[in-house]
Amino acid sequence: MTSPIVPTPSTAPLLQVEDVRVWFPIRRGVLARTVGHVRAVDGVSLHVNPGETLALVGESGCGKTTLARAILRLESARAGRIRFEGRDLATLAPADLRPLRRHLQVIFQDPYASLNPRMTVQDIVTEGLVRHGLIHGRERESEALRLLSDVGLGRDALHRYPHEFSGGQRQRISVARAVSLHPKLIICDEPVSALDVSVQAQVLNLLMDLRDKYALSYLFISHDLGVVRQIADRTAVMYLGRLVETGRTDDILENPRHPYTRALISAIPRAGQPRRERIVLKGDVPSPARPPSGCRFHPRCPYATAACRDTEPPLVPHPSCPDRPVACIRLGDI
Amino acid sequence: MTEFMAEPNPAAPPSPGFWSSSWQRLRHHRLAMVGLLLLAFVSLACIGGPWLSPYGYEEQQLELGPTSTSAAHWLGTDVLGRDQLTRLLYGGRVSLLVGLCATAVSLAIGLTYGLIAGYRGGRVDAVMMRVVDALYALPFSVLAIVLMVVFGRNFLLLFVAIGLVEWLTMARIVRGQVLSLREQAFVKAGRVLGYSPARIMSRHILPNIMGPVVVYTTLTVPQVILLESFLSFLGLGVQPPTSSWGLLIRNGAEVMESYPWLLLWPGLALSITLFALNFVGDGLRDALDPRFIARSGSKP
Repeated sequence: MTSPIVPTPSTAPLLQVEDVRVWFPIRRGVLARTVGHVRAVDGVSLHVNPGETLALVGESGCGKTTLARAILRLESARAGRIRFEGRDLATLAPADLRPLRRHLQVIFQDPYASLNPRMTVQDIVTEGLVRHGLIHGRERESEALRLLSDVGLGRDALHRYPHEFSGGQRQRISVARAVSLHPKLIICDEPVSALDVSVQAQVLNLLMDLRDKYALSYLFISHDLGVVRQIADRTAVMYLGRLVETGRTDDILENPRHPYTRALISAIPRAGQPRRERIVLKGDVPSPARPPSGCRFHPRCPYATAACRDTEPPLVPHPSCPDRPVACIRLGDI
Repeated sequence: MTEFMAEPNPAAPPSPGFWSSSWQRLRHHRLAMVGLLLLAFVSLACIGGPWLSPYGYEEQQLELGPTSTSAAHWLGTDVLGRDQLTRLLYGGRVSLLVGLCATAVSLAIGLTYGLIAGYRGGRVDAVMMRVVDALYALPFSVLAIVLMVVFGRNFLLLFVAIGLVEWLTMARIVRGQVLSLREQAFVKAGRVLGYSPARIMSRHILPNIMGPVVVYTTLTVPQVILLESFLSFLGLGVQPPTSSWGLLIRNGAEVMESYPWLLLWPGLALSITLFALNFVGDGLRDALDPRFIARSGSKP
C-alpha cells in the first residue's frame, strides 16, 4: 500500500501467466487408468509488474500453491503460458531453464522443512551463488555474512545447523537464500502463516525492507487478508482453481465486488469497530475433481440465479469500475 | 578466526564440513569407538595372525583328531586335527573380505539405483522397480549355479553373485526414502535455485538418507558372510581346505553334539564382529545427524 507503483499498460510485466491449467490425474485400478482430473488450477491469468507485489488470496485447497509451483516449474502446467520477462518458462528445456532460475526464487511456508537439516547456514545461503558461478568458494563466508545481516542474523549463525534456530529465524534464513541470487521476483508461498503473530510482523517488515532495497517483486500467496493489506499493491482472489476478482488491494478490501470476496472480507475480525454483518457461506468448497458447472461459486452464492449455473463468467472489467476485473455475471445487480 | 572466537556466543562450533564434523561426533560416540577398535583388532588378527601361527590351515594331524582347548591348540582342533585358531584366522580373511567387498558392491548399486528411481519418479521409477521385483523373484540358488556353470569357479564371481542379490533391498529402501524426501521443501528450493539433479541427489538427498542406509548396510554384512558359506557349499565360493567363518560354522553345526567348540569359536568370532559392526553403524547413524549432541546421547 505504501508503494506508489500503479500498473500501467505500457510497463512490460515481469511475470505473465496466461490461462494456465494444472490438472492432476486421478488413477484407479491395477492398470492405473485415468478416471478423472483434479483441476487444481483451471484457467488462471495474472501478471506481476516490476517492483510490484501481487497477493494471491483464497482459502486452502483453492489452488494458490499449485499455481505457484507451476510458475516455478515444480509442477508442469497442462495448458497455458507462463512468461517470465517474455520467455515462456513452461516450454524451456531444463538446461535452458537453469540459468533463468536465479531471477525467480521462492520462500516456502514451512520453515522447518525448507532448510536442509544437514547443511550449515553458510552453505545454505551461499550454495546458489557458488553454483551459478557468481562468487568463488572462498568468498562464501563474507557473502554469507552480508546476506545474514540483510535478514537480521549475526555472525554466530554462520556455522550452525537449521535445527538450532526458531521458526522465525529459519524463515529469515529462507529469505536470505531466496535473495542471495539477486532475483527479480520472489514467490512467497504463505511465508508467515506458520509463524507466531509477533514474528509474522517482523518477517513481513523484513520482506518489505528487502523489496525496497533490492527492487524486488513479490507474488505473495496468503489466506490472511490482514497480512495482504500490509504488503500487497494488488490482490487477486482465487476460488476453486479460478480467479474471481483482481484489483488494487485497498480497493478490494474496501469495496469487494465478487460475492466470494465479500464473504471473505466480512470474515476478517476487526477490533474497536462496530461489527459488520458477517456473510456466512453455506456448504463446503466443492471438490476440484468435479467443479460445479457455470460459475464455480454458484452453489454457495447468495445471489446465484439459473444463469449462473450455465454460464462460466469471464474475468473482465465491469463498466462501473474499469480496472477491477470481476468474474460475476450478476455484478450489475448486486 | 580470532575474530570469530571473540564472538559473544561461544557455543557456535567452528566450521568443519559435513563429513569432518560427522567424524567429530563419531569420535565422541563411545560405543561406536569400541566397535571400531574391535573391528580393527579382528581385522589385524586375521591379516597378521596366520603368520604368527605355528600351524598351517591345511595341516592335518589325523592321529590327534578333534581336541578341545589346550596349550598347543588354543581353540582346539577339528576332526582332521587341524588347528582351529589358524583356520579361524584364515577363514576370517575370506569372510571379512567378502563382507566388505560384496556389501560395498551392493551398496553402490542399490544406492545409485534407488536414488535414480526415487528421484526421477513416474514411469522411470515404475520400470526400474519392476526390474527389481523380477530379480527378487529369481531363486538365488539357480542364479548362483548358472553363474558358476557359465563362468566357472572364480573367487571374484562370489562378489558378483552376492552383489547381484543383495542390492535389491537396498534399492527399495533408498527409493522409498528418496520418494518422500523429494517432496520436502528444501529439495524443491534446491530445484528453484537451479541446482543440477546430480547436485540435489548428492548434497541434499543423500546426506539425509544416510541413517537408514548405514543401518541397513550393517545388516547386510552378516547376510553376505552367511551367503558366502552357502555359495561355498555349492562349490562357487572358497574350496576346502581353505575355509571361511560361514563354512566353519556350517561344518561345526554338523558335529555340534560331539564337539561343540567347533561351532562355538567361529560363531563367537562372527558374533563379535557383527556386534562391533552394529555399534559402528549405530554411531554412524547418529554422527551423520547434526542434531545429535555427542555425549548427552539424545536427540531434541
